[in-house]
Amino acid sequence: MIEVKNITKIYQSASVETIALKDVSFSIQEGEFVAIIGPSGSGKSTLMHILGCLDTPTNGQYFLEGKDVSKLSEAELADIRKNKIGFVFQSFNLLRRTTVFRNIVLPLVYANVPKNKRAEIAKRCLLAAGLTEKHFSHLSNQLSGGEMQRVAIARALVNDPLIILADEPTGNLDSKTGDIILETFRDLNKQGKTIILITHEKYIAEKAKRVICIKDGEIVEDVFNHSSSKEVKKIKE
Amino acid sequence: MLISDLFEETYFAITANKARSGLTILGIVIGIGSVIAMVSIGQGAAGSIKSNIEAMGPNLITVTPGSQQTFSQVMAQRGSAQTLTIEDGEAIAENILNVQAVAPELSQRYQAVYMGKNTNTQITGTTSSYLSVKNVELALGSFISELDTRLSLKVAVLGPTTRDDLFGEEVDPVGKTIRINGINFKVIGMTQPKGGTSFGSQDDVIFIPITTVQKFLAGVNHVSTLNVQAISSEVMSGVQNSITNLLLRRHNISDSSLADFSVMSLEDITEAVTSITNTLTILLAAIAGISLVVGGIGIMNMMMTTVTERTREIGLRKAVGAKRSNISLQFLTESVFLTFIGGIIGILLGIGLAYAVTIFTGMTTKVSLYSIMLACGVSTTIGIIFGYWPAQKAAKLNPIDALRYE
Repeated sequence: MIEVKNITKIYQSASVETIALKDVSFSIQEGEFVAIIGPSGSGKSTLMHILGCLDTPTNGQYFLEGKDVSKLSEAELADIRKNKIGFVFQSFNLLRRTTVFRNIVLPLVYANVPKNKRAEIAKRCLLAAGLTEKHFSHLSNQLSGGEMQRVAIARALVNDPLIILADEPTGNLDSKTGDIILETFRDLNKQGKTIILITHEKYIAEKAKRVICIKDGEIVEDVFNHSSSKEVKKIKE
Repeated sequence: MLISDLFEETYFAITANKARSGLTILGIVIGIGSVIAMVSIGQGAAGSIKSNIEAMGPNLITVTPGSQQTFSQVMAQRGSAQTLTIEDGEAIAENILNVQAVAPELSQRYQAVYMGKNTNTQITGTTSSYLSVKNVELALGSFISELDTRLSLKVAVLGPTTRDDLFGEEVDPVGKTIRINGINFKVIGMTQPKGGTSFGSQDDVIFIPITTVQKFLAGVNHVSTLNVQAISSEVMSGVQNSITNLLLRRHNISDSSLADFSVMSLEDITEAVTSITNTLTILLAAIAGISLVVGGIGIMNMMMTTVTERTREIGLRKAVGAKRSNISLQFLTESVFLTFIGGIIGILLGIGLAYAVTIFTGMTTKVSLYSIMLACGVSTTIGIIFGYWPAQKAAKLNPIDALRYE
């Protein structure tokens, strides 16, 4: 479903040229649960942005469902983000002082989904993310960290995306809450969603079906069983 | 993005920071309000001056003695020159086509006394045709008749202000005797109030037969003005020319530039006054317009702050599929909405101010539909102009940078 071929990303600023990704190639099938690990500055976030169509590669091709999206215009990328990708961020990024309901339906607003259908979709997605419609009228700043991230997950689900991209989704949560969030992702994966997440934490990498490790812009390891991964073992508890 | 979603987002954005939105709107309110109030004062002044001039008499042409040079010189020499006579007026009435009536006039100020009360007022000597020529209506009694003029009778018709001064309000002065410059006059009528004008009150006056003024008060043979009424406004310029030619002939003057009188229609005066009041209105509106521009800059300032504050939110919206156009439209709607609300409140404020000006200063004001529509259009345009840049700034944000913005 996702096929990345020889992707290179170079950031040009003034006189300095920073190579964030060097000739990266891999593919991900539908239903996978992939953890991307690597030290800071390794290029994993850049890879995530390209996979999420927030950015385009300098060179190389990115096929999403067989369609090359690496050369699309900004507006076309926005359409792909709207219809095929769900984002979950480390810092949740909920609309401030806004109800849970309005936060969840935000992607539906841009997808022109009729208003009378929104409540039902929001209810289903919030349930899948582990909360109930009782939370609809709560304001985003009244929620706990775990609840906020569940709302963010529900928001990522409403457009029924092909892939869910999560950038350190448990990074701002304590380990217990992080565990619950991780379980939520695993449940979604069992229901058939493709999930790609960036993480620093060992226990999360261990729960993933596949681990890709990036260092200095290159893939140094790509394994389907974490027990065979040297990189996962290197992560400190 | 559905239209209703756009409005909903706008509503939430504006109400999220009520104090700031309110203060920003206030800038526009003051701008629009002052424009409307100022224009209404200007237009009110123009309207009242115009209607006052028209109230002097329909299709009126005035012939005044003095050389025909500039407006001001004519005014200065009026009264001092002694070149026009009652006979000139009669000649105009008899010989010129399309002349409805001619009312000669000789005005001077004298002291009028009744039972110890006295007032210094304008004594206007005229004939019976004055009533129709100058659009004067009678409230009580009768006006000067042809017989009164022919026999130089000592009869007087009071203006309402003069009546109030001499007799007090609501008193019927008809039949009483007043003294003007020491001579007894019998009051035979009173005119309807016409209201004050920029050229002095038309109510503070006593009308007496012109021959009486000439013989008993002033001791002269000339008149100060010939008021000529044309039958319609279309023939005004023709009548003006004929009067000039006739009087030149009668006064034996061959060169029209040496004429010892001047002929002016009310239209000429109205035109001059209108151009002055229009300039005044534009000046007032321009001054008020400055505050509107300042208000617009306030809007831009707020929108710039909002865009900066909501950078992460913009990044998120883009991440979930918002296009540039969605973002810029959202911010543009917000600023247009702010200015539109400001415009509506400003219109109400402007109308209120105009009323207040009328009540407290007595100046006539006129709030026209035109100025309201102009204000609405201007405020919306300001929203678009001053909202455009911040909206573009928001739309152009790179989603990745925006999401990382602290």
